[in-house]
Amino acid sequence: MEIMNLINALPGAAAQGLIWGIMAIGVYLTYRILDVADLTVDGTMCTGGAVCIMMMLNGCNVWVAMLAATGAGMLAGLVTGIFHTFMGIPAILSGILTQLSLYSVNLKIMGKANQAINVDKYNLLVSLRYIKNVPVWQNTILIVAIAIVVLIALLYWFFGTELGCSLRATGCNPNMSRAQGINTNFGKVLGLMLSNGLVALSSALLAQYQGFADVNMGRGAIVIGLAAVIIGEAIFGKIFRNFALSLLSVVLGSILYYLVLQTVIWRGIDTDLLKLLTAVVVAVFLAVPYWKSKYFSKPVKKGGNTNA
Amino acid sequence: MLELQNLYKTFNPGTINQKTALNGLSLKLNDGDFVTVIGGNGAGKSTMLNAVAGTWFVDEGKILIDGTDVTKLPEYRRAAYLGRVFQDPMTGTAATMEIQENLALAKRRGKPRLLRKGITKAEREEYQELLKILGLGLESRLTSKVGLLSGGQRQALTLLMATLQKPKLLLLDEHTAALDPKTAAKVLEITETIVSRDHLTTLMITHNMKDAIRHGNRLIMMMDGKIILDIEGEEKKKLTVRDLLDQFEQASGEQFANDSALLG
Repeated sequence: MEIMNLINALPGAAAQGLIWGIMAIGVYLTYRILDVADLTVDGTMCTGGAVCIMMMLNGCNVWVAMLAATGAGMLAGLVTGIFHTFMGIPAILSGILTQLSLYSVNLKIMGKANQAINVDKYNLLVSLRYIKNVPVWQNTILIVAIAIVVLIALLYWFFGTELGCSLRATGCNPNMSRAQGINTNFGKVLGLMLSNGLVALSSALLAQYQGFADVNMGRGAIVIGLAAVIIGEAIFGKIFRNFALSLLSVVLGSILYYLVLQTVIWRGIDTDLLKLLTAVVVAVFLAVPYWKSKYFSKPVKKGGNTNA
Repeated sequence: MLELQNLYKTFNPGTINQKTALNGLSLKLNDGDFVTVIGGNGAGKSTMLNAVAGTWFVDEGKILIDGTDVTKLPEYRRAAYLGRVFQDPMTGTAATMEIQENLALAKRRGKPRLLRKGITKAEREEYQELLKILGLGLESRLTSKVGLLSGGQRQALTLLMATLQKPKLLLLDEHTAALDPKTAAKVLEITETIVSRDHLTTLMITHNMKDAIRHGNRLIMMMDGKIILDIEGEEKKKLTVRDLLDQFEQASGEQFANDSALLG
């Protein structure tokens, strides 16, 4: 219960929060923009790390390995997308099917359930050893923060393009989108690929950070991602209206989640209960909008003039 | 312009809910025709429009738009030829997107959507001008989310979107049915303005016989998935609601079931 223990642990928690923030942005893309809860991410959150670690162990450059990891994630998204659109399987079930098959795929990629990588022997981009007592430009928190700024800038640009706008329309109103000539199936597949690509990138960073990839590292990832999205929106939703800022709020939500988690652990909670706690918190937050509309609904305010 | 050849469509075949919605429907529209479509519930009016739009594929028959066979073309590709306004004001627009973004989406109907800007500055000015035509004050609210608009405003906007990229055929599926009478009249007025300005070939379903008579140059009545009455030109101008009801009773051997057709 030493307060210094907590303070010492916070930078690490922040770094983890940032890395998971990239994953949360991926969840935001499917959950909020495409209006699909994509459970593929539980599998992808290991695939990225597995690909990255295995390639590095085989002598690949860290950047190449991370690029390949992202590609592998996009492939997983493609599979879910094909299940959902071409084969007509409901989105949730499509994600579950891919997630399940990824468990085998991940085992095959790694050859066993867990693969470690030694930070002293390999040139890792991020690591829990690069949090304190390293040159600023090597600091994991800084590197991931820069990566996030770049990613948000890219996504902001993309969702302002014709293609990006059509993706947003697809999630908002598929009937209208088709009537306006938008191929909604293509949009869904592309969105799932983008999302899972980001998740796999996050996974690749996480595996480097913790120094290993593990077949169970993605378990419950979707819930952590949703927690980040919900916390971010609950706290910053009122002030951050712009799309780029919404993405930032998701990352901040993820950081807060890990800081709170660290504090809860420091208070001495049984860590076995953490996932249960997270699930309960997310369930309650998801229920709040529903309860609000059901039990506390106010008369609808009319927007603007009502002459038509 | 539009040619429907012997269309058949049965929903839920082989079940207790089996329903033959189109039963050998044929129709040919000439360039610039403004056709109003009436008929009782379940006559196949909306089914006909959905068949043209490609919401699903027909069981039999052929659909030609401007000579092109679109029978097997998916909905999103047929959209290149069509402008559509739906009965439910929520269906035609994307609620969480801005007014200008909705218009920009419509502007790109039938064109490849790539990595160019989703909306340009020149477009914004263009949309501002176009929104003025509606006379609803939307020109000053380009960046408002469409979800904030009233039903009538949304229908007017949808109409503008449907015609922003001049369609070969405009499909209006009871687009004023969900609106109050005053708003409905306003939206119909805007419809008339845009259709005559752009000389659009139009199919308009309505439950209101007066509207069906007042608007357009041609009127068709449907029953049991077929056209039972097709009147145009001078003959249509002389029509009264009474005539239509008589025709309906003659054709069906029953009273017109829908009071709103009379009262509206």
